[in-house]
Amino acid sequence: MFIIKCPYCGERDHSEFSYGGEAHINRPKKPTELTDDQWAEYLFMRKNIKGIHYERWNHSHGCRRWFNMARDTSNDKIHSVYKIGEKPPV
Amino acid sequence: MSNNFRLESGEGINQTEKISFKFNGKTLFGYKGDSLASALLANGIHLIGRSFKYHRPRGILSSGSEEPNALVQIIKDKDKAKTDPNVRATQIEIYEGLEAQSQNCWPNVKFDIGEINSIFSSILPAGFYYKTFMWPSKLWRKYEYFIRKSAGLGKSPTEKDPDKYDHKYYHCDVLIVGGGPAGITAALMAAKSGNKILLVDEKPEFGENLLSSSKENIKINDLSPAEWIKVKRKELLNFKNIKTLNRTTVSAYHNYNYLIMMQNLTDHLSENEKKGKIRQRLWKVRAKKVILATGSIERPLVFDGNDRPGIMLSSAVKKYLNFYGVKCGNKIVIFTNNDSAYETAIELHNKNSKVQAIVDIREESSGDLPKKCNELGLKIYWKHTIVSSSGHTKVKNVSVMKLSKDNSVVIGKKINIKCDSVAMSGGWTPAVHLFTQSGGKLDFNNQNFCFYPKKTTQKQISIGSCNGTFKLADIINESNQKTSEFINQNVENKNKISEPKEGDLENIWLLPSNKALGKTKSFIDFQNDVTAKDIKLALREGYKSIEHVKRYTTTGMATDQGKIANMHALGIVAETTNTKMGDLGTTTFRPPYTPLTFGAIVGRNVNQFFDITRRTPIHSWHKKNNAKFEDVGQWKRAWYYPIDNESMFDAVQRESKAARTKAGILDASTLGKIDIQGSDTSEFLNRVYTNAWNKLAIGKCRYGLMLNDDGMVYDDGVTTRLNENHYIMTTTTGGAATVMSKLEDFLQTEWPELKVYLTSVTDHFATVSVCGPHSKKILEKVTENIDYSDQNFPHMSFKEGSINKIKCRVMRISFTGELSYEINIQANYGQSVWEKCMNAGKEYGITPYGTEAMHLLRAEKGFIIAGQETDGTVTPIDLQMDWIVSKKKYDFIGKRSLYRSDTAREDRKHYVGLLTKDPNEILEEGAQIVAEVKNRPPMDMIGHITSSYYSPNLNKSIALAVVKNGKKLKGKKLFVPMANKTIEVTVSDPVFLDKEGTRLNA
Amino acid sequence: MKNKYSIFTLIKNSFSYHENWQKAWGNPKPKSYYDIVIVGGGGHGLATAYYLAKEHNLKNIAVVEKGWIGGGNTGRNTTIIRSNYLWDASAGLYDHALKIWENLSQELNFNVMFSQRGVMNLAHNQHDVRELKRRTHANRLNGIDCEWLNVDQVKEFCPIINCSPDIRYPVMGSTLQRRAGTARHDAVAWGYARSADSMGVDIIQNCEVKGIKRKGDSIEGLETTKGFIKTSKIGVAAAGHSSVIANMAGLKLPLESKPLQALVSEPIKPIIDTVVMSNAVHAYVSQSDKGELVIGAGTDSYVSYTQKGTHEIIEGTLKAVLELYPIFSRLRMLRQWGGIVDICPDASPIISKTSIKGLYFNCGWGTGGFKATPGSGHLFAYTIAKDEPHALNAPFNINRFVSGDLVDEHGAAAVAH
Repeated sequence: MFIIKCPYCGERDHSEFSYGGEAHINRPKKPTELTDDQWAEYLFMRKNIKGIHYERWNHSHGCRRWFNMARDTSNDKIHSVYKIGEKPPV
Repeated sequence: MSNNFRLESGEGINQTEKISFKFNGKTLFGYKGDSLASALLANGIHLIGRSFKYHRPRGILSSGSEEPNALVQIIKDKDKAKTDPNVRATQIEIYEGLEAQSQNCWPNVKFDIGEINSIFSSILPAGFYYKTFMWPSKLWRKYEYFIRKSAGLGKSPTEKDPDKYDHKYYHCDVLIVGGGPAGITAALMAAKSGNKILLVDEKPEFGENLLSSSKENIKINDLSPAEWIKVKRKELLNFKNIKTLNRTTVSAYHNYNYLIMMQNLTDHLSENEKKGKIRQRLWKVRAKKVILATGSIERPLVFDGNDRPGIMLSSAVKKYLNFYGVKCGNKIVIFTNNDSAYETAIELHNKNSKVQAIVDIREESSGDLPKKCNELGLKIYWKHTIVSSSGHTKVKNVSVMKLSKDNSVVIGKKINIKCDSVAMSGGWTPAVHLFTQSGGKLDFNNQNFCFYPKKTTQKQISIGSCNGTFKLADIINESNQKTSEFINQNVENKNKISEPKEGDLENIWLLPSNKALGKTKSFIDFQNDVTAKDIKLALREGYKSIEHVKRYTTTGMATDQGKIANMHALGIVAETTNTKMGDLGTTTFRPPYTPLTFGAIVGRNVNQFFDITRRTPIHSWHKKNNAKFEDVGQWKRAWYYPIDNESMFDAVQRESKAARTKAGILDASTLGKIDIQGSDTSEFLNRVYTNAWNKLAIGKCRYGLMLNDDGMVYDDGVTTRLNENHYIMTTTTGGAATVMSKLEDFLQTEWPELKVYLTSVTDHFATVSVCGPHSKKILEKVTENIDYSDQNFPHMSFKEGSINKIKCRVMRISFTGELSYEINIQANYGQSVWEKCMNAGKEYGITPYGTEAMHLLRAEKGFIIAGQETDGTVTPIDLQMDWIVSKKKYDFIGKRSLYRSDTAREDRKHYVGLLTKDPNEILEEGAQIVAEVKNRPPMDMIGHITSSYYSPNLNKSIALAVVKNGKKLKGKKLFVPMANKTIEVTVSDPVFLDKEGTRLNA
Repeated sequence: MKNKYSIFTLIKNSFSYHENWQKAWGNPKPKSYYDIVIVGGGGHGLATAYYLAKEHNLKNIAVVEKGWIGGGNTGRNTTIIRSNYLWDASAGLYDHALKIWENLSQELNFNVMFSQRGVMNLAHNQHDVRELKRRTHANRLNGIDCEWLNVDQVKEFCPIINCSPDIRYPVMGSTLQRRAGTARHDAVAWGYARSADSMGVDIIQNCEVKGIKRKGDSIEGLETTKGFIKTSKIGVAAAGHSSVIANMAGLKLPLESKPLQALVSEPIKPIIDTVVMSNAVHAYVSQSDKGELVIGAGTDSYVSYTQKGTHEIIEGTLKAVLELYPIFSRLRMLRQWGGIVDICPDASPIISKTSIKGLYFNCGWGTGGFKATPGSGHLFAYTIAKDEPHALNAPFNINRFVSGDLVDEHGAAAVAH
């Protein structure tokens, strides 16, 4: 059980949040212009990284805001949280 | 029996409070403060149970939670609900009326048929079961039956547990695990700066082990350890910011200093005292900092026959003696590789147990205590080892031989020593379980032959003997110093401690014997009957990794989780494979530290609290009117309303018929409702639904289909435009929460530019749906200020009105195909509106109908139910709902996926209707459809039946299905092969009734 | 050839105090070149190597394993074996495996303790009933044994299930596949390893893959912690770490790796002689031959390679267990652990060629890979040896995520995704 620092509410228990998958996969603006391969890439293919993983979380039992998080998936250490639209920390 | 082995006093018991209990049917007594083990020993009972594999007689090895042998079944008369298997006699405190039984033996513990395994033990080495029982293959289930029967230790309760369990969340600045000298010192130190401290220990009292220390040999500030600990316990009470918990075991240490601990509240109380109390409480603790002071566990020595009842750990013998006032024997042999056992020898000697001999594998010791034993005239065999023992249900003799210079073999003559107990000490293992669970890394100490904490990954320190610090003076100093650094404060705390000087420990993982290893039974894991030769066999067979050894031999996998066995197993592996202990690594210590009841883990979340039950505002009316309910997600929905002894079939037929011929009323409150506001709502709806929304006029309703981005249907519902920028969306009952989340997700992350605001209002409204030819008349009676003329209020539109001046929204929408209205009103008026409709409709024969009739009615009209006709693999095209998929819109969720090569295939499964050849034959939902029947499987399945009913309005059975290429099969014959017959069906249009939709305006 | 395991050799060896048993498998140093290298020494990888050697007569094969064989999900699962899947493709795949299981102990001369004690899948609402009946019918027409039990039959077959109509989600029926059951998980890895080793397969433990060397669109070899190994064919069976290996080759897979937990109780005398799974109340329970109740918990929602899940998953699972078996409340959890499962969006696996020549993946088994071990190895070996899929694994190609021809088995997975 992590402690997650919601960028809007502060530190809260893991149980208040839900996970939303890999971050920075923007929905293509013009899907019809994509090939099947490109569309599959958006839809299904994931980095699934062992290491620093940029991912989406939702404070679902709190402010219900979505935000991003950089977490090391090899030890579950959270490195930073940042708002949607912000650049990921290096 | 009397307490023949009881001394005049013991620090931990109260001899004025006699307690009677039963063991294997015999009534015995002990004293308040006794553990079951100490009370049995006081009665001269060593034989407790039988081992797992060979059913060897086993006694008591230790005095704590590491006990592998002395497991008992706690029973309560013949109560099948309140029995506890595999309880450690060393952990349970006796109470009036306690009843315990030996386990894993039949007919009784003294004579156990299962011991026959011991005779065949030579063909039952580690992993023997992998090598046999393979032929003939059909017989494995028979072999397995007997294997299972002989394994398994205690018995499960067979009735529901009447006890209650509880959970508690707790936050603190510092959690200190372990209330020995280190933990207490740390608590007192950390408390001085005002930190909120939680100090926990698994024993009934803090500092128990110090209470059994020698009174003369050790002094802390001129006090004996027992006196010192009593002073400290009082000091703890002076701090308001220290919370203490006894009988509380930290079982798991997770990330972010999140710890799970279990507090035992009543297991030590008599049945009377237990009444009405919570049995166990599970604590979920978030600590800013954690101090581990979990102590260490004494190791046995590994020699042939080291498992006989009466052969015990030296520290345990001392604890039984000084703490419980119990002699473990009258003629005791001490067997050791370090100085700590000499204290046991001296204490025994002082309390008139005869120390027959001290056998020490070392050449000598420079320590004070061995010197003292010499002075007391105790016989010490230096550089000797026990090579074997004898005695069936209790040790009665040990044989001792001299060790060769390099300790590899024994030499000289065998010396036999009579005894009734052996106190052994193989050194100490720091209890690093929680430390490693927390992610910490260990290192190996070659002097004390133990793993100790090296690198922590959380805000945490280890102090005392769990950190590899064994001398009391060092423990107290380290605890003071490390704690003050840890909490960033400098507090002077000087103690004057005198204790005996100790000689070095010498370690031999597997002691040599005069017999070949193959003939010995030198136990490593007592409970699982794993011997040293098993470990060697595993290595010989190529099971090299320590995890392989563990799994192949099962060492360390017993209910003590390797607390006793692990170090010797590792040691023997390291020695045999010529690997350094540090390089070998340990096996993983998995939570929990000690076994944890399911009841405590679950807490109060049982029975009615298993899951939330959602009821509509009209629930009590349904109940009163004999409704049967159906679980839909967490909702209880009225399923049907049988009258008198009506069957479900009859009730549903009656309800369905009434809805079409007279009037029907349905509680639709469970449908998801999302209030949508904002100037970009129509654009938003355009993107989330497949059809076009920009032309929906104010006051109009529209049906929409929602897809996932993979093109598959996942929800549907009607959305109504209430106002210029105000809409209300309905979803399926089960989909409400996920639709809401998904829409929010898109708005926040993909389309933040849209001015759209969502609020879930599912619970805010009650929805009463009235349908049928008389529905209009009923609505006219019930609502105020609404003109129901078709002109003013056509199908798929909405009006605002009121009922008894309470505002309501009425939508003219239909899921049954009948003229139909839905009243939405503030939830708390739901039931009164329902009753008002019932009264108003009485003259028209209004009939409440449940979800089953609703499903039937919509099936007659061929309307889909998302989740029944669809299963995550169905597109709108598959549903033959091309009309709802906008060709003009540039994009909507799921659109792109519809053009993938497989998704765009023409011959996918399509939604169709089916009619049976015999109109009275009702198909089974879920049955499969074939084009061609074969004599036997496999048969090519081309689809399945999604819904099936007998239609009272058409007087025939109807079914909905998805069938491969179904669009092109209309009128074709297909077959539904059941287990005992094959049903012929014809493909039809899925709309069976009123294709033109005239009834909507009836 | 290894010396045979039997009661007779056990007795014979007992006279020499079991000093003369041969090594079950060796400890070779990697050669500089192999025809095929299998990455991952779990059940799937070892089985693949075994069938490559046995059925395709390939001899120069290595299995590289970063830890110890069978140490990943093979040794961490709840050992349930069944083939009652909904779709034809899945039924074909899993029943292929089940048929091999039925004679596996004899084939490997290693008792994998395949115990056909039956697997029940409980229904708790109308939707469950419909879906499970659908599966039962599909299984029957696919020639897979499967029965529907009504509540009374459920009670008779497994009397300890709480069939009271008063519980929160009452049992409304169940499917039963009698041929299904459990097996001893470690033995599967060891049995395949022993047989593969005896046919000349090099099993190289403590050998972690650090990189995949490509030349254009084909494979040249792999960098490992034990040096470079040249090869032209790599079969990856690395379960939770599949994406890590794929990333080395510059590939992305449709996978997410998540912690899946399980637990056992202390051993008790036999109390449940079948396997009971419930999707809606989310609990699955069996009892090992040792007497431990083996309980499968759920996955956490987030990607993690820590092999540690949250306590709350365990709590949720046991809550469900006590709902169905209130008599277990006083039993105690002895051990809990986690594995890393690689989950595909359609809850079906991938056994497939890739866009890189000579690189094959066997992954995406999610929460249900153990049951498929022999079949998966058999078909993966075929795919690698022939450079084309067997008819049974053709539907499980990677391209299905592009075409949309998914094999959606969410309903069949015991763990709700």
